[in-house]
Amino acid sequence: MSARLRLFSWIVVWITFFLTILGSSEIALAQTRDPNSISDDEVNAIAKYLYCPVCENVPLDVCGTQACEQWRQVVRQKLAEGWNEAQIRQYFAEQYGDRALATPPPRGINWLMYIVPPVAILLGVWMLVQAFRSWKRPPATAAPLQPESLSPEVLKRIEEELRQR
Amino acid sequence: MASAKNKSSQVLMEQTSQEQGTTSKPAVRLRWGPILAWLIVITLLVILGVGLLRSQQGSVNVGEPIPHFTLTTFEGKTIRTADLKGKVLLINFWASWCKPCEQEAADLETAWRSYQASGEVIFLGVNYVDTEPEARAYLEKFAITYPNGPDLGTRISQAFRIRGVPETYVVDQNGVLQFVQIGPFRSLAQIKSVIDPLLQP
Amino acid sequence: MITDLGYGALALTFFLAIYGVVAAVWGVRKRRPDWIDSARNAMLLTFPLLTLSCLSLIYLLVNGHYEVEYVASVTSNSMPLYLRITALWGGQAGSLLFWSWLMSAFASAVTLRNWQRDREFLPWVIVVSLITLGFFLGLTLFVENPFDRLWLLPSGIAVKSFFAPEMAIPYYQSDGKGLNPLLRHPGMIIHPPMLYLGFVSFVIPFAFAIAALITNRSDDRWIQITRRWSLVAWLFLSLGLILGGRWAYDVLGWGGYWGWDPVEIAAFMPWLSGTAFLHSVMIQEKRGMLKHWNMILIILTYNLVIFGTFLTRSGVLSSVHAFAQSAIGPLFFTYIGASFVVSLSLLLQRWQDLKSDLHMTSLLSREALFLLNNLLFMGILVICFWGVIFPLISEVVTGQKVTVGPPFYERATAPLFAGLLLLMGIAPLAAWRHSTVQTLGKAVWKPTVVSVAVPLIALIGGVRNWAALFGFWLAAFVACVTLYEYGRAVLARARSRDEQLLVAFWNLAGRNRRRYGGYIIHLGVVLMAIGIIGIELFQKETQGTLAQGEELRLGPYTMRFESLAVFDTADGRNVARAVVSVYKNGRFLGELYPRRDYYYESQQPMTIPGLRSTIEDDFYVLLVDWQPISSEGATFKVYHNPLVNWLWLGGLVFIIGTMVAAWPEGEKSAATVRVGRRTPLVTRTP
Repeated sequence: MSARLRLFSWIVVWITFFLTILGSSEIALAQTRDPNSISDDEVNAIAKYLYCPVCENVPLDVCGTQACEQWRQVVRQKLAEGWNEAQIRQYFAEQYGDRALATPPPRGINWLMYIVPPVAILLGVWMLVQAFRSWKRPPATAAPLQPESLSPEVLKRIEEELRQR
Repeated sequence: MASAKNKSSQVLMEQTSQEQGTTSKPAVRLRWGPILAWLIVITLLVILGVGLLRSQQGSVNVGEPIPHFTLTTFEGKTIRTADLKGKVLLINFWASWCKPCEQEAADLETAWRSYQASGEVIFLGVNYVDTEPEARAYLEKFAITYPNGPDLGTRISQAFRIRGVPETYVVDQNGVLQFVQIGPFRSLAQIKSVIDPLLQP
Repeated sequence: MITDLGYGALALTFFLAIYGVVAAVWGVRKRRPDWIDSARNAMLLTFPLLTLSCLSLIYLLVNGHYEVEYVASVTSNSMPLYLRITALWGGQAGSLLFWSWLMSAFASAVTLRNWQRDREFLPWVIVVSLITLGFFLGLTLFVENPFDRLWLLPSGIAVKSFFAPEMAIPYYQSDGKGLNPLLRHPGMIIHPPMLYLGFVSFVIPFAFAIAALITNRSDDRWIQITRRWSLVAWLFLSLGLILGGRWAYDVLGWGGYWGWDPVEIAAFMPWLSGTAFLHSVMIQEKRGMLKHWNMILIILTYNLVIFGTFLTRSGVLSSVHAFAQSAIGPLFFTYIGASFVVSLSLLLQRWQDLKSDLHMTSLLSREALFLLNNLLFMGILVICFWGVIFPLISEVVTGQKVTVGPPFYERATAPLFAGLLLLMGIAPLAAWRHSTVQTLGKAVWKPTVVSVAVPLIALIGGVRNWAALFGFWLAAFVACVTLYEYGRAVLARARSRDEQLLVAFWNLAGRNRRRYGGYIIHLGVVLMAIGIIGIELFQKETQGTLAQGEELRLGPYTMRFESLAVFDTADGRNVARAVVSVYKNGRFLGELYPRRDYYYESQQPMTIPGLRSTIEDDFYVLLVDWQPISSEGATFKVYHNPLVNWLWLGGLVFIIGTMVAAWPEGEKSAATVRVGRRTPLVTRTP
């Protein structure tokens, strides 16, 4: 059944989408480095996914305020201490709240964030499948002739006949 | 909203089509479609309404009790505002990157030293969206001795709904907010003129 | 004097709008055509009056009447004439007036049309347009009045008010604050009017839809009348979005064109539902299906327009900003609530009457694929809507704000966008009503085989990114299908009519504008998709601090920091301008001048990139920071954006296609639309 197959493949697509959002933490070996040896690019790669409450909706790597400048220094410092990206994000979330992260961490009410859109879309798919199914079924009773489906010529003729009576 | 209408309408669409197909179950099944649609629209309006209300509210109002919080100072001491009843409390939100904060820093510290001995007044500095080394450097630069601590998770500032820094909240002995200063204090005399009336027996 | 004139005209229009609504409803109730004509005249009169009001404001702006608060807040002495004129929509109050003016222009234009065949729509179209107009006029008049003057109270405090407060004296300033420097870009000058035009022109199809609901005329006449309006609305909205993207790329200095900012999404949402609407009305026109769904889509679009305006102007999204205390929020909220409730109850009331003979024979028929397309658009809409609204929910429930940034939107919408591209390739080959795997397969296999060549070439060329290869294949597939369809039709016509190929092409596009315009739009989307794949998947960036003469490498490019100059300009800026030489594979290409402008008046910095743009890639240099003595060094951020120009090129093709589709067709072809079939037996009168 092609409809069910499609439904299934959609579910697969959305579950994969889910896992990619969640499974993005890696473990790195801790080693300390000289802060000066850490390039701007390394800092920016992490800063790209951090948001400072002072300038809402502007990612940290392009924000020009002094607060953001200080935040980037912190990223550099933490990198020098051998922290990995996940640890640094964790640190910022603890220090400044979850709004410092680019996406809400999946816990508590935030699960709604990730669950509602796929559920809504799957619901839409289900409804569409149902609708298709019922549309494919021919009408149970022979539908009476709809007046709309008459051509103007026929209508004219009927009206004339009515008038003649 | 979009999803709401979309969903509910598809429910309806599907139902009407089913009715067409079977013709046996009329209006009864159509009932919960509209109810769902209304429910979703109303939920959305409530969310928007509450959100709007919050944004319109501004900061905590004078005459209302303040939201209590726990501050862990840079020295590692834990201070609970709920434990400070019976004392006048001055809560100052600041950040090291904030230029106007520097204008009032020295005055705040002088005021604190004049009240410190009496033990009737407590000053608390809440460090907003800042980094620890910079914040410590700032405290050192202005020789600030009253307790200061970071606003972990920006919880305190969100509870007070501050708009920026500096903002200062003066609370009386009963935990009721008596005065709000948006922006820096202009002088030492101004700080005193706010606190002294609260100290009258 | 001029201030009074502008304000008077504005106030008069407001009362005229209220009168028009009352007169139209009264006329319908009492079956008095003269009242309806009077309402119509009121509608027509709003346009000259608002024109007068706008001209008054422009006069004040141009002549620097800084005693008017709005003028002082958006203009200054140093601003050139064209910026002073465009400052009309540079601030909240002025842009509301401008919005109203556009609205009245569109509503008047639609009122002037020939109403012979659908007189019963007229009063309700007037009512809906005038209520919308009246609401915006009310906001302008009572909350955000651009004609408010500044007054000095005896206590020394300046207040803004139209009428003089007691004991106050007029407060004259010699200079104003000036327009936000971010808005001084050509893209930003045209971008807001385009968006507003898109917004207001979607009001017209909505007004007709509501009129059809109220008069219970369930045929698709309202769709026929508003088809072109919807296309025009969509054209402006698309243009607004594309220009906004270009502006962000040129001015905001983050190397991108779309940041999934709530403000952007607010404008994107009506576009999504509008696009779904444009596709699904075709099903109703061809098959008489989905009457409910089309009503829902147009109602949704209108409400999203209002909702988007509410989000961006009420301060509900970012409560930290100064806008928040404005009284505009509660009023907007009331209007949105009323609009939701009224349209939903109307729709539910007429639900049974809108039933149509639903019958679908094939899951592969074009109508089925169009429905799938609608599903995908709605899916993207759900994601966008949820992303914008969720921080509000989180704040209300937990008291904590959260950020929903680009990673969420990108990951969630990418599969849906890919699905849309795929559908774009298949749907044009599917027939209405009957399509089977065999017929569709027969049509699809040739373009599929040809299109596989593109990812193969890319693979050989060294592209190892599977998402990109898949994306390139999709783009190639759609392009092949579209060109194949075009080619087949042109050849057939050339053969049967014995026309030259070019002539046949021209005539073909002229005969079925919507279809072939649509294909051009699809080609535009393909080009845009290529650009988006290029910048999203292959963008590279690096940042480095260079001393004079040092080099920075990125991809095939090398840039050398030559010199830096810091100077003041006559129009009140402090400019730091760097000179860098750009080499590609060792060959000198030219110099770029990234700079940072600091506006003294508004104390705002602005980063202007140095940009070298080719069809292959863009080299984008930002001046991030510099030492006071230039020889000590400057920090640059450099982006390598492959294929991004295809995005703008695609945008251009897209707009041209929309224009072709929306271009008025000749009388002859207009007569061929199925008119008679759906005309109701008895014309209902309200």
